[in-house]
Amino acid sequence: MDLTYTPEEEEFRTRLREWLGKALQGLPPKPSPDDWPGRRAYDLGWQRMLYDAGYGDVHWGASPTTRLIYLEETEKAGAPYVGAGFVGLLHAGPTIAAEGTPEQRARWLPPILRGQEVWCQGFSEPDAGSDLAALRTRARRDGDHYVVSGSKIWTSHAEVADWCELLVRTDPDAPKHRGISWLAMPMDAPGITVRPLKTLAGSAEFAEVFLDEVRVPVANRVGAENDGWRVTMVTLSFERGTAFVGEVVACRRVLRELAAEARANGRWDDPALRRRLGRLNAEFRALWRLTQWNVSEAEGTSGVPGVGGSVFKLRYSHARQELYDTAADVLGPASLDLDRPWTLDRLSSLSYTIAAGTSQIQRNIVAERILGLPKGR
Amino acid sequence: MRFQLTDDQRALRDGVRELLTRRFGPQQLRAAVEEPGRLDRALWRELGAAGFFALRLPEEEGGVGLGLPEAVLAFEEAGRALLPGPLVATHLAAGDAPGAATGETVVTDVGGCGLVEWLAAADVVRGDAAGAVPLRSVDPLTPLHRVAAAATADPVAVLLTAAEQLGSATRACELAVQHARTREQFGQPIGAFQAVKHLCAQMLVRAETARAAVYAAAVTADPADIDTARLLADDAAVRGARDCLQVHGGMGFTWEFEVHLHLKRTWVRTYRTGDATESEERLAAELLVEPA
Repeated sequence: MDLTYTPEEEEFRTRLREWLGKALQGLPPKPSPDDWPGRRAYDLGWQRMLYDAGYGDVHWGASPTTRLIYLEETEKAGAPYVGAGFVGLLHAGPTIAAEGTPEQRARWLPPILRGQEVWCQGFSEPDAGSDLAALRTRARRDGDHYVVSGSKIWTSHAEVADWCELLVRTDPDAPKHRGISWLAMPMDAPGITVRPLKTLAGSAEFAEVFLDEVRVPVANRVGAENDGWRVTMVTLSFERGTAFVGEVVACRRVLRELAAEARANGRWDDPALRRRLGRLNAEFRALWRLTQWNVSEAEGTSGVPGVGGSVFKLRYSHARQELYDTAADVLGPASLDLDRPWTLDRLSSLSYTIAAGTSQIQRNIVAERILGLPKGR
Repeated sequence: MRFQLTDDQRALRDGVRELLTRRFGPQQLRAAVEEPGRLDRALWRELGAAGFFALRLPEEEGGVGLGLPEAVLAFEEAGRALLPGPLVATHLAAGDAPGAATGETVVTDVGGCGLVEWLAAADVVRGDAAGAVPLRSVDPLTPLHRVAAAATADPVAVLLTAAEQLGSATRACELAVQHARTREQFGQPIGAFQAVKHLCAQMLVRAETARAAVYAAAVTADPADIDTARLLADDAAVRGARDCLQVHGGMGFTWEFEVHLHLKRTWVRTYRTGDATESEERLAAELLVEPA
């Protein structure tokens, strides 16, 4: 058991830190959350800066430890989050890299890495949420095209995306997991309607996407026809692996700010609140150690995070909600003020036990795939 | 960074587990419960010969020359097996109490909450145990005395206790899963029901998060890491034993089934090195210190 980094890893950290110190000074001002074109340009611009500096492929080209250092250092330096690049860099990109043909990799990966194209995710449907494999969006073959009809929901960045990683049913007669295919759908194709959805935090983070006889070339299918479920599982394990590293670093910073605020406003004198903060400190320290443990494990295997990501996600999503509930405890009635720093974060944190697999589904995964308990009916 | 067990560490853990399975299996555990207060001195010497107490002593002093990570792995196994006796106190005394390293001498100490474990059976007592009053211990395998003044716990004692808690947490999860896989009701294993499945999943989540915290504290020996390990391991152990009991239904409430011994021991360990609020307060105060 060793928590020291190799000289090469330390050198990577030093170089990155130096570059961040300079690069962040040249950043344009952050656009408002409602300005979608502005957000797209800002997030892609940051990815372009990373690419030009040689860090463009850090999310899937680098070793797990290098990725960990990258996410830790960028968060500490206050660098922009992956933003509109999220699906391209952490879902679709890794999937294409792992499962795509040489032609597909050459077509789609460089624009993701250079910050030229935005991807969105068309997985969930109104009637296929936790039971994702029940999805009904239909793709019928017509020559060298699929003709796709149906609807998708919770699609982040759909308004500004160039591509959608789309799950469709290509064999309605097969068992539900075996009739699904993974397609790259151009978002400017005729027949696509995007309707933004407002979250409970008041922001337009995601959208509904309606598909009416959309023609997608068969050449845009990644993986074999009807093998899309397996292809998708590759993507999801990425999402549950190192996706939260930067956030754990951020939560530890917020926790320090909370303690300082409690000290300033007198709440610190309440021992029950102090102990709650102390427990949260233990919680996020442990989550950081669990991250290091999982990353080391991934380093020893293929680099693809395993089901251990579900253990982490379960614990982390709960801890994040507890963090912002504690923030409200520190602020008191001021926690009702949307202009105070943690109020919106508290609202956003409510999605953590739902998005990317609800906590209930994660517990099923842990129980069935790690503990070997029988599947329920 | 390679934050995983090395091959040597795996071998050490397996070796301790093998020794404890052979020398302190279910039958010996049951026998020990029937004879409360008696410490198996032959087993104690065998542990000494295997290097359990001298694990961290330098080789030139007759020790094994290993570090905290290895000690944590050994104590995790002890916790898992419910091995009785003042193991932590004797391990800590191995460098200066004659005979402690070899298991000839049994050493106990005054704990962080003013409790002394195994006072009557011990050869040496560290701290002031004058006027110690026996109490009827809730744990049949840990005789307890109470003294007026509590001692300040050694951080290593806090960590090794956390390691024992981790062992109990892991064992409780295994027992619950075994039962949930085999016990059938309504025509199927009860582990197929999400209500049971989710209890088991949460046990694993708590145990594995605690494991990362305990192992990291063993590597860094940092005081805040040790407080973290303690809080996480106490929680994983106590709640794990409770959930394991629940999954076993009526069987879980019997004297015969071992889970009550885990639960009671996890309660004892919770108070061994002082109150948990001390760890919470230290970790809260740490938030006000600027990070390096």
